[in-house]
Amino acid sequence: MKIGVLVKQVAGSESPLRIDSNEKWVDEESIDFATNESDSYALEEALQIIERSGGEGEVVVISMGPADRTPKIIREALAKGGNRAIHIQEETPYETDPFMVASIFAEAVKDESFDLILSGLQSDDLGSGQTGVILGELLGMSTATLVMGVELQDGKLRVKRELESGWFQWVTLPFPACITIQSGLNQPRYPSLKGIMGAKKKEIKSITKGDIKVSGTPMQEFSKMYLHKAEKRTEMIEGSTDQIVERMIDIFKKEIKAI
Amino acid sequence: MDILVVLEGANGAIHRISKEALAAAQALGKDINQKVSVLAFGKNSDNLSKEASSFNVDEVILIEDDNLNSYSADAYAETIKQVVEKESPKFVIMGYSYLVRDFFPKVSARLQKPLITDVIGYKTDGGKILFTKQVIHGKLTVDIESKVDGPVLVGFQSAAYSVDNLENGSAEVRTITVTLDPAQLKTTSEEPFQEESGGVDLTAADKIVSIGRGISKEDNMSMIKDLATALKAEIGASRPIVDSGWLPNSHQVGSSGQSVSPNLYLALGISGAIQHVVGMKGSKNIVAINRDSDAPIFEVADYGVVGDILEIIPKLTEAINNL
Ligand SMILES: Cc1cc2nc3c(=O)[nH]c(=O)nc-3n(C[C@H](O)[C@H](O)[C@H](O)COP(=O)(O)OP(=O)(O)OC[C@H]3O[C@@H](n4cnc5c(N)ncnc54)[C@H](O)[C@@H]3O)c2cc1C
Ligand SMILES: Nc1ncnc2c1ncn2[C@@H]1O[C@H](COP(=O)(O)O)[C@@H](O)[C@H]1O
Repeated sequence: MKIGVLVKQVAGSESPLRIDSNEKWVDEESIDFATNESDSYALEEALQIIERSGGEGEVVVISMGPADRTPKIIREALAKGGNRAIHIQEETPYETDPFMVASIFAEAVKDESFDLILSGLQSDDLGSGQTGVILGELLGMSTATLVMGVELQDGKLRVKRELESGWFQWVTLPFPACITIQSGLNQPRYPSLKGIMGAKKKEIKSITKGDIKVSGTPMQEFSKMYLHKAEKRTEMIEGSTDQIVERMIDIFKKEIKAI
Repeated sequence: MDILVVLEGANGAIHRISKEALAAAQALGKDINQKVSVLAFGKNSDNLSKEASSFNVDEVILIEDDNLNSYSADAYAETIKQVVEKESPKFVIMGYSYLVRDFFPKVSARLQKPLITDVIGYKTDGGKILFTKQVIHGKLTVDIESKVDGPVLVGFQSAAYSVDNLENGSAEVRTITVTLDPAQLKTTSEEPFQEESGGVDLTAADKIVSIGRGISKEDNMSMIKDLATALKAEIGASRPIVDSGWLPNSHQVGSSGQSVSPNLYLALGISGAIQHVVGMKGSKNIVAINRDSDAPIFEVADYGVVGDILEIIPKLTEAINNL
């Protein structure tokens, strides 16, 4: 089976963020980047699908992002077991319209004729939750989202979709398919030392975004980025650890009556 | 047509998140002087349309088609696409549930119209409508603008609007048809089911000590158990803790876990992503400890501490035990 996996580099969850001067994105200088959380699970699932089918096939890692920082997460994905990679190099301002993002991917990978494409369900920065589904549509694939379990059955794919509050639903779809992965369905592996050494020799095909011809222009755009205001008035407890603990006990006892 | 709200059913009635989206649409309709229509299809669509006709909307459109009785992403997407082509609404609005995430982006792809997701509000700016959403781990907000003519698809974030604001009225139901070719419907689905819970019921808890990724490693989890024991509280968690296998699924609080409303919700090392917050913002007293003063959890907290949980938790436990 030939599997493509989308992995995106995003600001890590504890990264400092500063809105840049044009108020449409953040200043990247101070950001600590990481692999998008659900994409790590998507990569792991792709590697396991190949392993379960006796090692037949390949996993192609696909990422779009700047030339300087993106190769780091691509190498990491290759070190974990990806066979080769496609890097679409992009300069700022980044594409924020999910339809355009998906169109670029569709154009870049259409000749690969993947049996299966996996992506994360949602990027932790843009959070569109659309790229995988639109990509599948554009490539004429069947699609399913929020996948928490994958089975191969009679030449078809049977996936367990997450619904709210502990509910699930099984969906069966034919190949070629494009599915988006929810975090938690497996335990992503760490790269081994051998994997890290081996990754250096694996092929990364670089294309620049400008070389990919997609029709149309972005259908949606960021107009302004800002910090939101607090909904509630919060009493901030300050001081040394002992003072903080003392005040918390006081609140628990007198104000909340929790102890 | 002005604004079209597409309904999702749940157990034969309109899904809560669809009602919230309808409340949002009614507010938007008022602000920009546009009429709101409603579309019901799928299993029990007849019931949904009856229920919808009791709200203050311009009209209710009903589709009854056997191809829509069980869920298929292709059938649902194709149905909305055909209705939009026929009725030409300016906005197509849905509550962005986990089911809707599965097919609404397909409608965007098929119509080649923008879909703006997890929207928490809107603004009118001159003639423009801007839709607001949270980005980058929920730490920042953006206003998003459509750059094309024709319908804008909007998915409203759960709990962004309240069903309490729904206006009642009475509306006529109009039945229409769509043409679905079974050969084009690629996916088939089975009935939804609930995973054996068998764990803790946090919904009835009076006190919850809830732990997030700030705990860093599994070894530190004993610290949480000690605090919960001292406080006589249940233990809750954010998704990454459950994903890592450090606590069973039943401890997860949030949109995919339990919705809780204890007297005390102590959020420790939890950033406050919207999917977590929807499950706990109904708590009476929220106390948050996080070392990042910009963490969104402080927006819903009554009491906040900017500090290191690994340092504070053991001392807090000790102080409670010494009382
Ligand atoms: C469809 C969907 C459904 C989801 N459902 C849920 C759900 O039901 N429940 C849920 O919780 N999430 C859910 N999520 C995930 C959610 O988006 C967040 O990723 C998750 O809530 C983050 O968990 P966290 O706050 O523990 O981790 P992080 O976001 O990584 O935050 C960790 C926090 O700990 C702080 N910290 C670190 N070290 C310390 C320390 N020593 N002392 C003090 N503070 C420290 C950091 O400053 C940071 O704020 C869902 C996501 C999606 C897309
Ligand atoms: N620039 C990118 N590079 C690689 N993958 C991406 C990129 N943008 C989106 N994706 C994939 O699409 C998923 C959903 O993204 P989004 O639609 O932005 O929420 C992510 O989890 C990634 O797997």
